[in-house]
Amino acid sequence: MNANPFAANPLFSYLLRLADDNLVHAQQLGALVSWMPELEEDIAVANLCLDHLGQARNLLAYAAEVEGAGRDEDALAMLRDERQFLNAVLVEQPNGDFGQTIARQFLLDAYQVPLYEALVASGDAQLAAIADKAAKEARYHLRYSTQWVVRLGDGTEESHRRMQAGIDALWRYSADLFAADDVEDALAGIAADVAPLRTRFDATVQAVLAEATLALPADPYQRLGGRVGNHTELLGHILPEMQSLYRAHIGAQW
Amino acid sequence: MGRSVPAARDPELAAVWAAVAAVTDPEVPVLTIEDLGVLRSVDRVDGRIVVTITPTYSGCPAMQYIADRVEDALSGTGSVGEVRTVLSPAWTTDWMSEEGRRKLTDYGIAAPVTVRTRIACPRCSSRRTRPISEFGSTACKALYRCEDCLEPFDYFKELL
Repeated sequence: MNANPFAANPLFSYLLRLADDNLVHAQQLGALVSWMPELEEDIAVANLCLDHLGQARNLLAYAAEVEGAGRDEDALAMLRDERQFLNAVLVEQPNGDFGQTIARQFLLDAYQVPLYEALVASGDAQLAAIADKAAKEARYHLRYSTQWVVRLGDGTEESHRRMQAGIDALWRYSADLFAADDVEDALAGIAADVAPLRTRFDATVQAVLAEATLALPADPYQRLGGRVGNHTELLGHILPEMQSLYRAHIGAQW
Repeated sequence: MGRSVPAARDPELAAVWAAVAAVTDPEVPVLTIEDLGVLRSVDRVDGRIVVTITPTYSGCPAMQYIADRVEDALSGTGSVGEVRTVLSPAWTTDWMSEEGRRKLTDYGIAAPVTVRTRIACPRCSSRRTRPISEFGSTACKALYRCEDCLEPFDYFKELL
């Protein structure tokens, strides 16, 4: 087994994993503003985007401080390349139709609620503070996405078909959220223990899908790798759009 | 957790508190940062004044604006110091003052509840209301509608 390059500075890598989930997801949601099916959902997606972006900024600012290499939150967001992004592959999957957008949001929320709730007790005070704030937001997000999964799943034949298709398309990217390695191992008492997160995630998903009359796909395949920078092709399309303006005007102030 | 209003026996801290406490939220201009519970403390650290504020939501776009206005208000008092933003303990709508809740309702925005219950219409006080959208025009609001007076209204959503 090769040495894990991200284990050299485990807290920095761990913060990037948490931050990049939010940053990439926020970028995806931002692209949906003005494209949602109703005005209320348009407002919702902009608000969700802001919360995730705010969480990403708090985490990146702290990561920059932990790294201590003179990079700030902007440099970490805008000047890293694809292989240095440590988000789970779930969040880089396409927005798709509303069913798929909601499926991705729901899976992320079902993971982030127990994640942040666990991190409130982190031995790292700043990470605990960020999580304390984020946990309240994540619970609200989960309430929102759950309501849509149930409403679409247990709705019309067409909405059921599309919500099921969204779950089918994204389930294979969900295990990557829980992919832990020696980065987490080195952070006992600081990082969240993955096993209980997975248990709570599974319980949430199971309960909500049952209420929504939906099922998990039978195919057990899971695409992993995001936590060590091995992404699906899609991230390579998201990052240039997010980063090109910043890179064209390094140091610009407005 | 209560706010730490500086004792009146320290006139400089009291003067700085009075000045920065008057800064208003650009998105809900009837509320000051004191009403909101965003202003946490004014202290003296190593001879310098430290004003501590906390954001409502992680991504609240008003926060930078508020921090800048607090900075202006601080320098307007002639005291030397800085503005710090802290995340912990995390802000909750329970920190909103009674005065703030009253001003909010008068302004036409339903004030955040302290226990989950039916939201009262800020116009006719009816509790026959229902949510239209979990999210509203800013991160801190949701959209409701009154079944009696039939008006839609903003609800400053509880964050507990």
